[in-house]
Amino acid sequence: MIRWRSVAMATSLLALGLTACATTGTTAPAKPAAQGAGKTPEKAEAKPLPKGLDGQASTGFPSTYVPLPSRAMAFVGATILTATGQQIENGVVFVSGGKISSVGGPETPIPADIAVIDAKGKWITPGIIDAHSHLGVYPSPGVQARSDGNEATDPNTAQVWAEHSVWPQDPGFNRARAGGITTMLILPGSANLFGGRSVALKNVPSLTMQGMKFPDAPYGLKMACGENPKRVYGGKGRSPSTAMGNVFGYRKAWIDAADYARKWDDFRAKQQKGEKADAPKRDLQMETLAGVLKGEILVQNHCYRADEEAVMIDIAKEFGYKITMFHHAIESYKIAPLLAKEGICSATWASWSGFKMESLDGIDANAAILWKNGACVVIHSDDPIMTQRLNQEAAIAMTAGAKLGYDIPRSEAIKWITANPAKAMGIGDKTGSIEPGKAADLVIWSRDPFSVYAQAEKVFIDGALIYDRQDKRFQPKSDFELGQPGQGAFN
Amino acid sequence: MIRSLLLASAACALALPAAAQTVAIVNARIEPVSSAAIPNGTLVIRDGKIAAVGASVAVPAGAKVIDAKGGVVTPGLVAPSSNLGASEVSGVRETRDDGTGSHLSAAFDIAYGVNPASPMIGLARDGGITSSAVVPVLSGTGGGAHEHADDGVVEEMTAGASGDGDPPLFGGQAAFIRLKAGASDIVEASKLAVTVSLGESGARAAGGSRGADLVLIRSALEDARAFASRRAAFEQGATRDFGLSRLDLQALIPVVQGKTPLLIRVSRAADIRQALKLAAEEKIRIVLEGVEEGWMVAPEIAKAGAPVIVDPQADLPDSFEALGSRLDNAARLNAAGVTVAINGARDFNNLRQERLNAGLAVANGLPYQAGLAAVTLTPARIWGQDGKIGSLEAGKVADVVVWNGDPLETTSWPLNVFVGGVEQPQDSRQTQLRDRYAASDQSGYPPAYR
Repeated sequence: MIRWRSVAMATSLLALGLTACATTGTTAPAKPAAQGAGKTPEKAEAKPLPKGLDGQASTGFPSTYVPLPSRAMAFVGATILTATGQQIENGVVFVSGGKISSVGGPETPIPADIAVIDAKGKWITPGIIDAHSHLGVYPSPGVQARSDGNEATDPNTAQVWAEHSVWPQDPGFNRARAGGITTMLILPGSANLFGGRSVALKNVPSLTMQGMKFPDAPYGLKMACGENPKRVYGGKGRSPSTAMGNVFGYRKAWIDAADYARKWDDFRAKQQKGEKADAPKRDLQMETLAGVLKGEILVQNHCYRADEEAVMIDIAKEFGYKITMFHHAIESYKIAPLLAKEGICSATWASWSGFKMESLDGIDANAAILWKNGACVVIHSDDPIMTQRLNQEAAIAMTAGAKLGYDIPRSEAIKWITANPAKAMGIGDKTGSIEPGKAADLVIWSRDPFSVYAQAEKVFIDGALIYDRQDKRFQPKSDFELGQPGQGAFN
Repeated sequence: MIRSLLLASAACALALPAAAQTVAIVNARIEPVSSAAIPNGTLVIRDGKIAAVGASVAVPAGAKVIDAKGGVVTPGLVAPSSNLGASEVSGVRETRDDGTGSHLSAAFDIAYGVNPASPMIGLARDGGITSSAVVPVLSGTGGGAHEHADDGVVEEMTAGASGDGDPPLFGGQAAFIRLKAGASDIVEASKLAVTVSLGESGARAAGGSRGADLVLIRSALEDARAFASRRAAFEQGATRDFGLSRLDLQALIPVVQGKTPLLIRVSRAADIRQALKLAAEEKIRIVLEGVEEGWMVAPEIAKAGAPVIVDPQADLPDSFEALGSRLDNAARLNAAGVTVAINGARDFNNLRQERLNAGLAVANGLPYQAGLAAVTLTPARIWGQDGKIGSLEAGKVADVVVWNGDPLETTSWPLNVFVGGVEQPQDSRQTQLRDRYAASDQSGYPPAYR
């Protein structure tokens, strides 16, 4: 009976799907709204553009991610940092269908027929999210043949996509997973003013990039301020070679992008009205920039210095887009109230600084001062070693606050590596906190995750166990590591 | 004239830390490192030295008393290999004196470039570090040397390096500094070791392959011996040609005489074996740095008695010579009986990481006491400074840190740092920047006035 019903449902869904397709395929031109204006538009059947010539219709490189097998279960007895501001002692997390069903104190009801996992003495946090990673695009081993993170051939390469450089066999993904990393924003490098599109990945072993691609995550655009672009291109005798050359480069590109967007908007408006119109030629560089102007692509802006951040904010206002996050943002503490007001996140390290002029004023209290001012804080790595211990990096930043007399609770600091990066990647509604309905991306820690001695014992993505420190069956190895010294084992 | 001199010296005195006085640190968990922890003890500092340490030590009359309130007292941490004082901003070539140029190889002496006024010294002290071996740049791609390249453009931006040509075979001579604020000379010892790289970067220095590297190193040592024994003939031009210059050969003499070690940067197990073989056959002392695949040959390293300097974070197969990198490398080496020192990052700005790296090694199986020793007594011993520093023993120089908790833990920090019995200012460029911007100020004036 039940079986029959589900088949019937599937059939009707299929039918619906077909209908929907049919409708889309033969869209009749909308009744020209221009009639009232007294103009008789040319009666023309708007032909759909050939495949690949219309960015809106592009199939792109869709995610093929499928969660690994999971079962309903409840973790009982742990200290839970929800990343919604709560620290729950002796808590319960109930997971089913790959999602968080409920979370709460010991009284939280759980169904009788599910697996109960004793987590007494453990800590549970959301899966850790690294909002600045080059795993896959700068993989290990770091050899020239796999150095795919910077298309350093032109200051504007908004047309390139980091996902096309991702090598899914990078052994670094496995190390990061053992450190609790469940989601990463993979970015192009910062050689260019516009480095290209970022891609959000789920940290699951996969043969293909598409198999890791975070479903329905928005794209990001990597932009870079400061020393890197002007050094790379100035060194080649090209613009930009100065900070002012950088700013010209951004503004010129946004002018071009606005023009490009207008041409497509005009075309679509005419098409809507049934007027004859020639489609503009698709330009992948302009398409990405236009996506930013339309608010569909999030700006991830490498920018160390406070004064340069202020200039970037003005550029964004001049062209009507929003900067989602400044990365590296070592001087954000100097303009914390401005960043709070503008609603721009700052992604930073806790203590890395001083390695070049624009990082000279980095302080370990950067995050703490931003937090105190109500600005959005993200602790990121930009490094395949540090990404394995973002929890400790957050701990160092939290401790710098304690030195200043700020009482930053763990329930807040955990957001810097979970809920806040999720928000800044545009996936805050899907992951980054432990609350009902969110993905069951979880880390079970051996102890307080802000301790240097803490280890991620079990890591879950969408409710599926993807790493277990005690069980070799859940310690995946990259193809590259087979037959090599160490055999991919690292702890 | 006299008046202005007096004023000037008064101003200097203000800028310097208070002179050594008798200090008693009470109510502390004391980790002498050379002996078992004292759960609740007292440590007395007098005339720049540790006067007494123990569970029932009386507080001398007139001593300044520091109540550690249950915190932890350790020896000042010792960075086993850094460029502190010899390099300022890694991306600014003019500030870097941590690598030889094209003129010198083994003879390069890093001690001459040490700047006692480097703002990075205060930052290192902020991490509880009171002394450091200052070692010429050791090129190499193993995890122990991972440099941050935020644009993926890895640049060798060392002093004098023009960017073209191969690096010299030997990196130069190391020194040892103590982080005394206000001191005019912080170099405690120089010409402590000569550095060389094996593996990929050694091969590069030798024109392209490992075989050439070993042949050239052995040849250089042979030349140094010949040079030492036939000095007069050399001066008369009556010796055969040597592969290195007079200055470089001179620098290698203490190495071939076994007086100072060769510090060898090496990663791959097979290259480590070559280093051990080199030491045995040439009868020289060696210290190994990097040693990412050391766990695979740990018993051999232990048998050879070669100490190692490792970065416990190095677990990536980030080069073809470090494919076996593991987080428990330090633990496994220690268990096999190898003398293990732990590095932060070689770069000055991450020296603060050293104690956390020891914590990480402990989290991955290194016994706690060995972890603590790996950042104190062990590096002091490797660099021949353990007669003075590295442990809390009566008679030793008072390089002492009072922590508000476990010194290897992320949530702890140093409350008091003593170098030579003098309490150091807790002040650095970073704390001044922090305090300028953390302050709330309603004056209407920009931060530059704060």
